[in-house]
Amino acid sequence: MSIETRPVTVNLGPQHPSTHGVFRMRVTFDGEEIVDVEPVFGYLHRGSEKLAEERTYSQIVTLTDRMDYVSSMLNNQAYILAVEKLCNIVPSPRGVWLRMIASELQRIASHFVATGFLLQDLGALGTPLIYCMRERENILDLFEMLCGARITNSYLRPGGVFMDAPEVFWPALDRSLGDIEKSIDEIEEYLSGNEIIFSRTKGTAVLSSESLVNASITGPMLRASGVDWDLRHRNPYDYYSDITFKRILHTASDNYARYWVRVQEMRESLKIISQCIKNIEPGPVRPSFDDVPRLVRPEPGDSYAAIEGSKGELGFYLVSDGGISPYRMHVRAPSLINLTLLREMLVGELFGDLFVIFGSVDLNMGEVDR
Amino acid sequence: MIQEWRGNYLAEKIELKVKNSIDKFDEKNVWINSEKLYEVCKLLKNDPLFEFDLLNSLTSVDYIDHFEIVYHFTSISYRSSCIIKCKVGYGRNNPKVDSVVDLWRGADYQEREIWDLMGVKFIGHPNLKRIMLWDGFPGHPLRKDFVTYDQSIVNSKGDD
Repeated sequence: MSIETRPVTVNLGPQHPSTHGVFRMRVTFDGEEIVDVEPVFGYLHRGSEKLAEERTYSQIVTLTDRMDYVSSMLNNQAYILAVEKLCNIVPSPRGVWLRMIASELQRIASHFVATGFLLQDLGALGTPLIYCMRERENILDLFEMLCGARITNSYLRPGGVFMDAPEVFWPALDRSLGDIEKSIDEIEEYLSGNEIIFSRTKGTAVLSSESLVNASITGPMLRASGVDWDLRHRNPYDYYSDITFKRILHTASDNYARYWVRVQEMRESLKIISQCIKNIEPGPVRPSFDDVPRLVRPEPGDSYAAIEGSKGELGFYLVSDGGISPYRMHVRAPSLINLTLLREMLVGELFGDLFVIFGSVDLNMGEVDR
Repeated sequence: MIQEWRGNYLAEKIELKVKNSIDKFDEKNVWINSEKLYEVCKLLKNDPLFEFDLLNSLTSVDYIDHFEIVYHFTSISYRSSCIIKCKVGYGRNNPKVDSVVDLWRGADYQEREIWDLMGVKFIGHPNLKRIMLWDGFPGHPLRKDFVTYDQSIVNSKGDD
């Protein structure tokens, strides 16, 4: 006797806890196999780009914090670089070193969150996530010393940062670097060679490097497919040209490769931070208000600046009409664009791998919807 | 270091291959005639001189009398980048431009976003639906003449 079966369409999200925010997918299953996926965005759309048109250039820094809320410092940095390019501001060296330290710390924090939630999605409920969050907590404490805020930092200003690091920051940073190093070792020891993680993540959602480049996917996802493309190295902004670090590459382009690239990149970020500490010298953290006024008025024109964010190329496109607020601001959001191949990654895989694959993209809904 | 293509040099090279495609150019940017845009994009992607395989960013600006579509390209093999722009929708009636999704998949969500928020149609896009806002949302909010809910209350005279 044969039983007639038909595909079932299931609505996942927007309230599902594994969707890393408010993301909704209409997934069609044939048995346990995924046959079609349609992502639905927009549940966290706040219109940041429209809001930016009514705010001054310094006020917009607070809007960028709320886009990718686990990597606020990196968002600040990308935005400030676009403003500096638009206004031809030469930043103060100490300010630049401080913001490089801050953004590398933020990258580590963001990768910890990505790793923790990937393992949560794999079914390792609780423990690895708590370990990763504990280390992120350390970094947030450092941010609290730098600027008083933990998540929505708003630390950067055109030309540098708004205040110098307090005395207590430097010993605390040294201590934290050791702690983070140890906990990365811990993660590697327990997870990178773990048989269960191998069997769940190796060989799933493999994408070719050509299709990744064609779909504008950047960041750890692209490097996990063997393409040596890191903007810190390829197009050095700030003082990254004075810094040496290893570019982490993997060739498998599967979920394990993405996880592995992120973990190794945290180590490289630690190295970058210790080089920054060596290079930093006393001085002003931002140009005087005579050189860079609080209310900057750029010449009419446009600028696009991109940095290597924790999730990929994070770019800001600003158009000025000579006024105190931008005529148009556009954010090139890596989280949104990295989802372009979601359908290709999921179709043909099993339901149990759905959230693992989704977690390996490392997206943040605040940035997808803006 | 990524080398940026100079606008005048790029315009010259494009004009050689695709006739009458250049609207105007300056040091940084090249403006392409909208009817030749797809042809130029195909050239930029496939010609061994350019090989722009990565579409960094695709966005649009509302300049009141027209819309401008802005493309940022990077070539991973040559480590070069360029900016091309395209003016569409003079008179604000039904702005439309050719879609480049079949050349760069990465344009997919970005074109949908422009359609949703700015209201520029992309001809040939396989799934041109609203992405951030819901179906039936009135208007396109990133246009300069869009009246937000708060503004509509301020503008209204009231009953008395």
